[in-house]
Amino acid sequence: MKIAFTTTGTDWNASIDPRFGRTEYILIYDEEKDEITNFDNRDIADVAHGAGPKTAQLIFDLKPQVLITGNGPGGNAAAVLTKTDLKIYIGAGNMTVKEAYEAYKTGILKQS
Amino acid sequence: MKIAIASGKGGTGKTTVSTNLAKYLSEIRQVVLVDLDVEEPNSGLFLKGELVNRQEMYKAIPQWEASTCTLCGNCQKVCNFNSIMKLGDNIMVFPELCHSCYACSELCPTHSLPMTKLKMGELTEYKMDELNFISSKLDIGQEQAVPLIAQTIRYVDERFPDSILKLYDSPPGTSCPVIEATKEADFVLLVTEPTPFGLHDLKLAVETMRELGIGFAVIINRFGIGDAEVEKYCEREGIDLVAKIPNQREIATLYSRGELIYPHIPEFKRELELIADYCNRLQKEMSL
Repeated sequence: MKIAFTTTGTDWNASIDPRFGRTEYILIYDEEKDEITNFDNRDIADVAHGAGPKTAQLIFDLKPQVLITGNGPGGNAAAVLTKTDLKIYIGAGNMTVKEAYEAYKTGILKQS
Repeated sequence: MKIAIASGKGGTGKTTVSTNLAKYLSEIRQVVLVDLDVEEPNSGLFLKGELVNRQEMYKAIPQWEASTCTLCGNCQKVCNFNSIMKLGDNIMVFPELCHSCYACSELCPTHSLPMTKLKMGELTEYKMDELNFISSKLDIGQEQAVPLIAQTIRYVDERFPDSILKLYDSPPGTSCPVIEATKEADFVLLVTEPTPFGLHDLKLAVETMRELGIGFAVIINRFGIGDAEVEKYCEREGIDLVAKIPNQREIATLYSRGELIYPHIPEFKRELELIADYCNRLQKEMSL
């Protein structure tokens, strides 16, 4: 299973970025390979319009099965993500990536 | 001549000045008042007239023709607003983000993105004696005020010659809708309140007008509250301070009832006369 996180850093101890569209990084944890990769999304700060769909497109191309984030995607981004089979879990806004992964595994996070 | 009534801060009295000034000036000549605050137009609450025209307003958005599309992705590359996106073998359009710039449509090598009409709002025109009042309202869910503002100005320009005084009740702030509403004005009246917040946003509005190269002057509303910093600022910067509308409970009461102020409050009318004189003088000086 490939799991995507919206984060403010690039490792397990990084905080979850509660924003979806304007998240600083996207972290992908590949459970089978036990491997983390990250995608720098910081250029999004200069985007005035359509940050949500743009980040959603990045997620679309990365093809994870699960997304763990804070507040959840807005309307336009959600419209993009409905084109995928992605399961979205929200409410991890105050956690580190590690805590968020554990919360997901133990069923604490809510599916949106 | 076109005079825009704008502000930095919201709720400083743009509509109060616009509606009262328009009605007052129309007692002696023809005036056109245009409510360009299309996200929340409210001049119409204070002016009751006879309906002359009501029409739906449209903007242009691209519509994807899947059968001819080669999925080259050029459309998303040329879009500055992330309003069109290639997702696998799908092209997705976000009509609310689209600025109707036609780039994706015109630059599509297979012409698979013809522009189609999307209703974005409604324009109404009223007449009361010598005052023509035009107001546009954006539909709920529409995010782009700029196309509707631009089209409303075009509608007014086509119907009324330049010799008639046109007042634009502008949106608050200093972002795109304000630029659109003021950029072709001959002069801008900035309405502010004498508070630190009012001054802070006035400075932003002043910077904006200087950048646009449009002449402007300041009207203080609710004079008597706050401090003297706005006056000092205007003096320091050499900005004309046209009027100081007093802070009075009776004005707020009339406003809350949707009534014009100047027929009832002499102190208000005196300041309004100063604004009217200023506008008349401007028109003469600029020979517009």
